[in-house]
Amino acid sequence: MTVLTVDTPGSSILPRRGGFAGALSDAFWRHPLLLLILMLTPPLLWLGIIYIGSLIALLLQSFFSIDDFSGVVNPEFTLATYAQLLNGTNLDIILRTVSMAALVTLASAVLAFPIAYYAARYAKGRWKAFFYLGVMLPLWSSYLVKVYAWKLILAKEGIVTWVFAKLHLGFVLEAILSLPVIGGNSLSVSYLGTFLVFVYIWLPYMILPTQAALERVPANLIEASADLGASPRQTFRTVLLPLALPGIVAGSIFTFSLTLGDYIIPQIIGSSRLFIGQAVYAQQGTAGNVPLAAAFSVVPIVIMGLYLAAAKRLGAFDAL
Amino acid sequence: MTPAVRFQKVSRHFGAVRAVDGVDLDVASGEFFAMLGPSGSGKTTCLRLIAGFEQPTAGSIEIFGERAEGVPPYRRNVNTVFQDYALFPHLNILDNVAYGLMVKGISKTDRYKEAEKALELVKLPGYGSRKPSQLSGGQRQRVALARALVNKPKVLLLDEPLGALDLKLREQMQEELKSLQRALGITFVFVTHDQGEALSMADRVAVFNNGGIVQQGTPQEIYRRPKTRFVADFVGSSNLLSPDLMASLGGERRWASLRPEAVRVASEGAEAVVENVSFLGAGTRLAVELGSARLHVMLPAGADVPDVGTPIRLSWNSQDIHYMDDAA
Amino acid sequence: MRSDRGQKSPLLLKVCAAGGLLFLHLPILLIFAYAFTTEEKSYQWPPPGLTLKWFAVAWNRADVWSALALSVQVACIATVIALVLGTLCAAAVSQTKFFGREAISLLVILPIALPGIVTGIALRSAFSLFDIPFSVWTIVLGHATFCVVVVYNNAVARFRRTSGSLIEASMDLGADGFQTFRHVILPNIGTALLAGGMLAFALSFDEVIVTTFTGGQQATLPIWMLEELIRPRQRPVTNVVAMLVVIVTFLPILAAYYLTRDGDQIAGSGK
Repeated sequence: MTVLTVDTPGSSILPRRGGFAGALSDAFWRHPLLLLILMLTPPLLWLGIIYIGSLIALLLQSFFSIDDFSGVVNPEFTLATYAQLLNGTNLDIILRTVSMAALVTLASAVLAFPIAYYAARYAKGRWKAFFYLGVMLPLWSSYLVKVYAWKLILAKEGIVTWVFAKLHLGFVLEAILSLPVIGGNSLSVSYLGTFLVFVYIWLPYMILPTQAALERVPANLIEASADLGASPRQTFRTVLLPLALPGIVAGSIFTFSLTLGDYIIPQIIGSSRLFIGQAVYAQQGTAGNVPLAAAFSVVPIVIMGLYLAAAKRLGAFDAL
Repeated sequence: MTPAVRFQKVSRHFGAVRAVDGVDLDVASGEFFAMLGPSGSGKTTCLRLIAGFEQPTAGSIEIFGERAEGVPPYRRNVNTVFQDYALFPHLNILDNVAYGLMVKGISKTDRYKEAEKALELVKLPGYGSRKPSQLSGGQRQRVALARALVNKPKVLLLDEPLGALDLKLREQMQEELKSLQRALGITFVFVTHDQGEALSMADRVAVFNNGGIVQQGTPQEIYRRPKTRFVADFVGSSNLLSPDLMASLGGERRWASLRPEAVRVASEGAEAVVENVSFLGAGTRLAVELGSARLHVMLPAGADVPDVGTPIRLSWNSQDIHYMDDAA
Repeated sequence: MRSDRGQKSPLLLKVCAAGGLLFLHLPILLIFAYAFTTEEKSYQWPPPGLTLKWFAVAWNRADVWSALALSVQVACIATVIALVLGTLCAAAVSQTKFFGREAISLLVILPIALPGIVTGIALRSAFSLFDIPFSVWTIVLGHATFCVVVVYNNAVARFRRTSGSLIEASMDLGADGFQTFRHVILPNIGTALLAGGMLAFALSFDEVIVTTFTGGQQATLPIWMLEELIRPRQRPVTNVVAMLVVIVTFLPILAAYYLTRDGDQIAGSGK
């Protein structure tokens, strides 16, 4: 056995490494707060000043009003713009958007559950990776391309009409399209189309957190429930669903928020009636009424604030 | 002779929590020193104070006579074997061991030569090209040891070094650590909550409780003459005799301890009833009821073992009764 | 609900799960078919014929090239900024316990938690308030703001996985703060940063909502596509560009996945 030569004549405290780096390193070690402040300053300046500052500037504008004759913003405090927000047409826009967001969230949750459950409980090894990528790739692939794909699918001469015709079910499609409110000339100009595209685009955002929550449910818990005599339906309702709920709520934060603020999907696929996002875009752009646009954009902020507070109580943040 | 480590009135408070409170400590040069105590007793914080990961709130720390407060860990000629080994996952074993020499700017050839020597020392020659994830727990522990020793530290700190190993490996490593320490002559300070480990390896032991040292001494002193009930209870399996029991047995009305192997089954003495019998190989342990107290008696191998439920009489030499300072 | 028909034969569950995945992927695959169609005027299905000529047409379109160049330029700068800011934030939050770390997490997540239109209009009104003219930098500013979160999420996850005792071990072995950063921290979080950077690039490359507010007259590739969607000029060229965009964004996503697959997942809280 080779033994290390241990003749430790050296000092037990070593001198500082020379130069500026050595001194700086010692200073950071002695004052960790200094390092922390140095690390936090750039991101805080960026997000805190530029981003939050802009948001506050926006909020302030919503308390201004626009001069009806000159079209110039009058920088005096008023609630008139908010009063305008609550008139018939504008209130309709808000209600329409919120109900769409709620329906999209519900549909996403129902569609996402089997996929998430299968991926969490039954998929192993390579299949697990396959499922994960199978959800990640659509989530990350280009938003506009996905919307465009649905424009192709739902167009009057597109694949949906073709499939219905091939199955000799064209009359079913006709019947659906002739329904009041949700129907239209073709799927691509109907509420039904808008709804479908919203669900499609936001579905991956629901699958991932639901899967993450289900992943944490130990398999033996389900077996224990069955062992204790619960039917599959009872097991689902009393064990699985409560445990998956934080994940579903976490996913719903995305589906709800993203639907509330989107203005491109209803513009490209949908009827001519506006959603909040379109109203904001129109007011700040063509109409030039920035205060009203600001007031409109406060609506999703407030709704999401309430939604997040409720979600936090349900423990959804742990599932994000 | 200058002590390797000297604590004078050292405290480390975290807000209202007094992790270490007014500790005085001398570790002699070349000594194998154990800091023993339950979790939260302050022993690990003391180790981290020596390593430099913590700074004392009050008091002074000297390493071989040099003041260490305010000196960062990387400027202390002291190395640590971490509880979870903390091997760098992105480096192979050789680079792990050579890390300390690398940051000191020692050339590649020289540091790899030293690292190979250190790996031989811990009986892992030729393992250099593997990754930490390919090694067993025991092997990782040896690598962590080599990585610390290659720097020839003045003091080697070991934080629960054997905690993650299974029993057999642990006993083997205890012996190896001990002979390694003797061969190298480096001062070892190690932290453990396992009294057997502390007593079998250390030259001296400090028993910690509630952020302070309750007793310091050789393993024999700690085992034979525990200063307080806590030490008697924590170190070894001594019987604790309450003041009332002692009085009824004709002794002083004070807490006392009595080691199980000092008690004999005899024809004369205190009356007791056998409650339980455990065969331990090297001997047999009886649990007996003496008055309202429950005592353990260790019978040597080959002695007659009474049946459960039989009344027996117990005797001991009066010098085996050890009175303790206080009740705590 | 039918997803729990016992462990042995979850056939219905299997069908639902497979159907869900198909639903997610078929529309994207459809784009590939349309890129080869001979039909110019409508979205007719099935394509009346197949041709490669639109690839050549798209190749020769200067507006596509300039939009692509702007998108790449913006995405590169935004990614670099996001990498710096996200890593700093993640390091501060995970290496030290300090008051207000929850607030910092919230601040980083806010730009994607709030609808993109809010971020967009807020930045636009701030630009007009300070008379800042639209430029590449106004687009970059918006993109970097919401790209920070993907770098941050990846870095935080990796920091959490990297044992704190590694840093102590390095310092114990004589490495000062800078040496520890170079030899221990950077190698351990490197792949997570690379993955975060790729996701940030993909996110920026694809962004349209905020860009409509911060871009002025300049067209990034998504803005170009949006124009084509609202006022179609040459549909087959749009088809070809859409297909290329799908391919270009898939590559960094796949790379990011393989970089981080052992252990932490790519931050699902995407856009």
